[in-house]
Amino acid sequence: MSFHADIGGTRYVFSDLRDLLAKASPNRSGDRLAGLAAESDEERVAARFALADLPLTHFLNETLVPYEADEVTRLITDTHDGQAFAPIGTLTVGAFRDWLLSDAADQDALKAVAAGITPEMAAAVSKLMRNQDLIAVAKKCRVVTRFRNTMGLEGRLAVRLQPNHPTDDEKGIVASILDGLMYGCGDAVIGINPATDSPAQTAKLLHILAEIIERHHIPTQSCVLAHVTTTLDVIKQGAPVDLVFQSIAGTEAANESFGVSLSLLKEAQRAAVDLKRGTVGKNVMYFETGQGSALSADAHYGCDQQTIEARAYGVARAFDPLLTNTVVGFIGPEYLYDGKEILRAGLEDHFCGKLLGVPMGCDVCYTNHADADQDDMDTLLTALGVAGCNFVMGVPGADDIMLNYQSTSFHDALYLRSVLGLKPAPEFETWLAQMNILDAKGRVRPQLADGSGAAALVAPDAVR
Amino acid sequence: MTERPADPWSAFRRFTQARIALGRSGDGLPTPHVLDFQLAHAQARDAVLGRMDVAVLRAQLKDTDLADHPIVTVTSRAENRSAFLQRPDLGRQLSESDGDTLRAAHTSKPPDVVFVIGDGLSALAIESYAIEVFSDAMKQMPDLSVGPLVMAQQARVALGDEIAVALNAQAVIILIGERPGLSAADSLGAYLTYRPRIGSQNADRNCISNIRNGGLYPREAAARINYLLRAAIKQGQSGFRLKDLSENELLTSEDP
Repeated sequence: MSFHADIGGTRYVFSDLRDLLAKASPNRSGDRLAGLAAESDEERVAARFALADLPLTHFLNETLVPYEADEVTRLITDTHDGQAFAPIGTLTVGAFRDWLLSDAADQDALKAVAAGITPEMAAAVSKLMRNQDLIAVAKKCRVVTRFRNTMGLEGRLAVRLQPNHPTDDEKGIVASILDGLMYGCGDAVIGINPATDSPAQTAKLLHILAEIIERHHIPTQSCVLAHVTTTLDVIKQGAPVDLVFQSIAGTEAANESFGVSLSLLKEAQRAAVDLKRGTVGKNVMYFETGQGSALSADAHYGCDQQTIEARAYGVARAFDPLLTNTVVGFIGPEYLYDGKEILRAGLEDHFCGKLLGVPMGCDVCYTNHADADQDDMDTLLTALGVAGCNFVMGVPGADDIMLNYQSTSFHDALYLRSVLGLKPAPEFETWLAQMNILDAKGRVRPQLADGSGAAALVAPDAVR
Repeated sequence: MTERPADPWSAFRRFTQARIALGRSGDGLPTPHVLDFQLAHAQARDAVLGRMDVAVLRAQLKDTDLADHPIVTVTSRAENRSAFLQRPDLGRQLSESDGDTLRAAHTSKPPDVVFVIGDGLSALAIESYAIEVFSDAMKQMPDLSVGPLVMAQQARVALGDEIAVALNAQAVIILIGERPGLSAADSLGAYLTYRPRIGSQNADRNCISNIRNGGLYPREAAARINYLLRAAIKQGQSGFRLKDLSENELLTSEDP
């Protein structure tokens, strides 16, 4: 079915739903690379006028990626909750935006409707929203998850401690972990990207992490971000696996390029739940996503990158993840060219995920060939803090020496918690206080007098 | 500004190059560390945006034993840096006129190998190490016929395939600037493809990365290139099918 909008004397025609969504999408390099972007700014807004008039029910009748060919489409279609959809079932995409911003769409109403929203509906409405809309609505969505602590509560911001090392050197990793803990970071997860993805290496790193968490009684979880099949291997060998990590995308073919399928993810989720290592909850999955991954695998089916990204959150929510992280600026300037495009994408991803009921965090990041810098990251980080982002990354000095990109630092996390009055996950906050890492006002000001927990944590022989 | 505030656990710095124990100004980063970071990023950006100066490379080559080695300069279809960064597909294709130039340069006997020097994501890496690697590698290949040295602007790795096809070369080795990190902006990569064709994939290539002083030294890199090339010729293939290789020579990273 085609769509059109008349602007002045010009009729803009959009050949199908994919074309309409792509042309309505804010301008970005990945959609231009794919040849899907609007030809002019006027055409882009014309597409938005046409999209605003489209009933949400249309998304239940026209698929973007064929049902028969794609298990992600089947997942989205087969698990759509018609009852949850009913309150918004008569709305157009434009009216849906108005409703999301209205007082009627409070925390409870948004939670109730989440299962009735498809990823494509979330992507569509985001294209009609300004950055402030994406922030305002996401702030009203709360997604709370639990493993050894509680993530996503109002007024809280968690941090993934990312202690990567180019050769997985044990002492180097431990030094970075202790540094991060002394900065109050690590409640989301202590998660290592291994330099070598092998079962032996993964098991070794998992034992290092488990030993630190157990020795200091830290209410947090560990993860080695190896391929899901590697993690399944080491679970069978008895390694201490808290969370299962996997990169995912929004089509079956893109997931295939990552070497995963929905059934494999389900198998991994079951295996990790069965280990019963969580103390306060059973959310065992850690997903990473990012706009552009489907296009880079030539598995985007002519869809714009933001819509396909929203479908990845449709995959995520089927597995009750503890954490879902959009690694927004990692992919490079051929997909998100500069700080403006990265900012927009980060806010879209966070909004779409939260609207669908996914516990979103964001790796606020960039590479050296993107036209972006620390100032751009400060802007996105602050905006995400205001929007109620569940977690961000903590990398020593914002410089990941293994993956060679710039993320956010422990200092950045302190800044964000401080200016917005945000606290760590409650269980972790209690631990930080017990360790004398927090002062009486709850600020990170470690007291290193003899006998304090903080002093023991960084004792001269602590790195072994 | 000589003062470098630090945290009491700064002794841990000896265990890692990561930026740990930096100290705090309130919740923020102390001034010297803010500026250190900005300097590293500025150097990386300058390397990405810098233009490969062919005159400099020619002058460097004159100072080697290869002063008379023929040189051809080409550009990809990416017109400028901005197009290069946003359209990787254009950086993998020769501009039309350069394709003709190369076909005209091709000799009656197909060369065993052609070397390409491409700017990639760091012109600094090229100007620092490419000629040294090329001349060291050439010393180890007196028995092989080597085509003209092709200097390619706005080049991605796969541009070497089209160049090799135009020159009818059996193998191509492209020396290319890697994406700069904060710790090094001058890393050079070398990619070998045997029997390259338009549309060769990463799995068809072997890669040697992090070539720089402080990483893999240019002389060692040249020896690895020679070893890989001879293995590829002997086995009639390159990429992940090439046997008896250590893990780091299989191409796992994304090409620049």
